[in-house]
Amino acid sequence: MNLISYLGYLVIRFIEHVGRLSILIGQLVLSLHLFPKNLRLISQQMLYMGVNSLPLVLFTSLFTGGVTAVQAAYQFRGIVPMTYLGGAVGKAVVIELGPVLTALVIAGRVGASIAAELGTMKVTEQIDALETMAIDPVRYLVMPRFISGIVMLPVLTVFSNFIAIVGGLAVSVWFLDLTTYSFLNSLKMFFELQDLFGGLLKSIAFGAIISIIGCYNGFATVGGAEGVGKSTTRAVVVSSILILLADYGIASLVFG
Amino acid sequence: MIEIIDLHKKLSGQTVLKGIDLVINRGETLTIIGRSGEGKSVLLKHIIGLFRPDSGNIRVDGENITRHKTSDLYRLRRRFGVLFQGSALFDSLTVGENVGLALREHKTFPEYEIRRIVAEKLARVDLKGAENKKPAELSGGMKKRVGLARAIAMSPEYILYDEPTTGLDPITADSINDLIIQLKTDLNITSIAVTHDMASAYKISDRIAMLFDGRIIAIGTPEEIKNSDSEAVQQFVTGKAKGPITDF
Repeated sequence: MNLISYLGYLVIRFIEHVGRLSILIGQLVLSLHLFPKNLRLISQQMLYMGVNSLPLVLFTSLFTGGVTAVQAAYQFRGIVPMTYLGGAVGKAVVIELGPVLTALVIAGRVGASIAAELGTMKVTEQIDALETMAIDPVRYLVMPRFISGIVMLPVLTVFSNFIAIVGGLAVSVWFLDLTTYSFLNSLKMFFELQDLFGGLLKSIAFGAIISIIGCYNGFATVGGAEGVGKSTTRAVVVSSILILLADYGIASLVFG
Repeated sequence: MIEIIDLHKKLSGQTVLKGIDLVINRGETLTIIGRSGEGKSVLLKHIIGLFRPDSGNIRVDGENITRHKTSDLYRLRRRFGVLFQGSALFDSLTVGENVGLALREHKTFPEYEIRRIVAEKLARVDLKGAENKKPAELSGGMKKRVGLARAIAMSPEYILYDEPTTGLDPITADSINDLIIQLKTDLNITSIAVTHDMASAYKISDRIAMLFDGRIIAIGTPEEIKNSDSEAVQQFVTGKAKGPITDF
């Protein structure tokens, strides 16, 4: 295969994926009005995606907040008074680090498991079995994960923001000789509601990306265990890339 | 009655079905035999609308399903039950939830009635009281039985069996054959099975059709198939390595 035909093949594959993904999103949108039928499934997914992910998100956030404080202090040294540290940590966490790191952690934990679970269902004919029972797989499998994603990602992000700021505060007070008062005062001074809403808007988009890409790759699985492994990897890689692209897009719209 | 008329299908550039003509009469059990990879399961999936043919028609009680919208296919599928080759039980659900899934999703009956139906269907496949077991705790034969209970949960008019005895020991396989015969007798279900297990085909079938090179090359009663003049049929039913099928 020469280079041109290989590039052509890649372009066709890309268009194919975009087309199939668009069809899945269309089917998902058409199934959304049936969400009352899925309340039990949605609550199960929320438990898994949200509550069970909380320890991992909190652990990541605590250290992210601490690292942000240390590195901001390093950059402030001799240029900006340390009393502004709380504001810097707060801004960085609420606008960027909270939503993005939470999303990347959830893409690894939940996006991978969605792709693996649905992929296994695909190769063991469980999705065909749903179809033969006249149960729409998009309504039964995709919609609960999507709703759970767009609800639980912002919730996790709020927890992440809070714990990251606590981590930043702890490091500032214990290792950077700042008082709790000056940290919180600066945090309050620079806090803007738009920052929080911008960050939460990002997390809603990230929740949609993780759930849809996980489901799409699960449904697209072919072959056996190897196919499931490939789908899982692809779900995490594609979700992570799209999260970063969406982060830039939303940041440009809201804060640009 | 199911009529398959001049059905053609290409998959990944390869022609799998090259003009299938087949009639399955109400109340009979028709078994489609053929080598692995001949397209038996593909044909089965066309009958329930999981695949759309490139050309040709499938009529279920006179209704042409090949151009059906998804909503019409879902309406039609409620009249079918399917037993998958690997049983395709949902790992995350218990046996009882697997069997009752379609009933609950379609809200056909109140919950207490669904529980009663689930218990009745499980008893019918000799798995009384297995509601709370998980699929991972079951043997291959038990999984097939649960799959069968799930297939008959909605009291279908038609059941499709995809390799119902594959992977089972001969005794368990025979017990599944007995169940298939019993279901047909008790519930007057029309059944289509695909298999390459000749012992099963001879036992459960009213008629057997052989699929070879994308076409039905022979059809008849088990006795007629056993005594067929076709060399390909004889090679397959007697399980010989050399002959027109392998030379093809």
